[in-house]
Amino acid sequence: MTGAITTLLVCQLAGELLARALHLPVPGPVIGMVLLFALLLVRHGEGGEPPAALSQVADALLGHLGLLFVPAGVGVVVLLHTLATNWLPLALAVGGGTLLSIAFTGRLAQALLLRLG
Amino acid sequence: MAPDLTEIWVYLAREPLSALTMTLLAWLAALRLQRLCRRHPLANPVLLAVALLAVGLLVTGVDYRSYFQGAQFVHFLLGPATVALAVPLHRQWSSMRSAMLPAAVAILLGGMFAAATGVGFALLLGAPADVTASLAPRSVTTPVAMGIAERLGGLPSLTAVVVLCSGVVGAAVGPLVLNWARVTDWRARGLAMGTAAHGIGTARALSVNMTAGIFSGLAMGLNAVATALWLPVLWRLFQ
Repeated sequence: MTGAITTLLVCQLAGELLARALHLPVPGPVIGMVLLFALLLVRHGEGGEPPAALSQVADALLGHLGLLFVPAGVGVVVLLHTLATNWLPLALAVGGGTLLSIAFTGRLAQALLLRLG
Repeated sequence: MAPDLTEIWVYLAREPLSALTMTLLAWLAALRLQRLCRRHPLANPVLLAVALLAVGLLVTGVDYRSYFQGAQFVHFLLGPATVALAVPLHRQWSSMRSAMLPAAVAILLGGMFAAATGVGFALLLGAPADVTASLAPRSVTTPVAMGIAERLGGLPSLTAVVVLCSGVVGAAVGPLVLNWARVTDWRARGLAMGTAAHGIGTARALSVNMTAGIFSGLAMGLNAVATALWLPVLWRLFQ
């Protein structure tokens, strides 16, 4: 388990370093995710199973993903004024934007899968 | 008695331990509330926990920065959790490779459409620049969206809330919209949910149909990587 946690942290650290060294616009953890994905493909092939410990740690973290968003979300307390003054664009973007995007992506994906998939 | 209580209160308000404990307790309470509401999509545990803690901070007058001193230990795990997304992606890779090209195109264009609608509504209604920047990565999973927002000059906390609300709306109403738009292919339904409503949409898709869930997870991961790549670049061009 220590090995699995270390793997995640090493990938993240490498991602952070790459992002800074190469001035990449991508957040470090995303580069870390790509690195780990490439590592898994190289070491365990396409259908292969990653080490059990890594699967367990990843499932544990992702199974409680919601909890990890909470501290940042509580940051709304310092943004109450921003929320109150910008409620209309925020509500429209969140509600209308999301539903329009779902309809758009769904139609597009269905058409593309029919033609290319 | 009174001075003792003040002393205890000062200790509690300052120590990271209490903020961390409160965060976990609020999370457990939110999970219980979700079960009480029979897992209704609108009873989202993240939203409930945030509301509980926000009200708690406002009532007790503890400021956010001292709360975060303790809560940062939970917050820190977002980075490793983002890296860990590679594991399910690798697990599902072989089962979705054949649909990869159309899926990738749909995810890329869908992600661009999602960002454009957010920015479009904000610009149309004259929202300030930091609010607009916070809305741009709305459809991306929270840890990545916050990183992107920071780079665009947005407010990461506002992005966190906006992303959560988008996910809740998408998960609750998205399937109805897909019915109405006559999207019947489970793969396409999953791709739409994951692209526009990230992890919360994926959780909903998984509970309805396995194929939809897998494609939704793929869409969430790819959209996060793709948007993190193209959004900051385009943003700089249009500034």
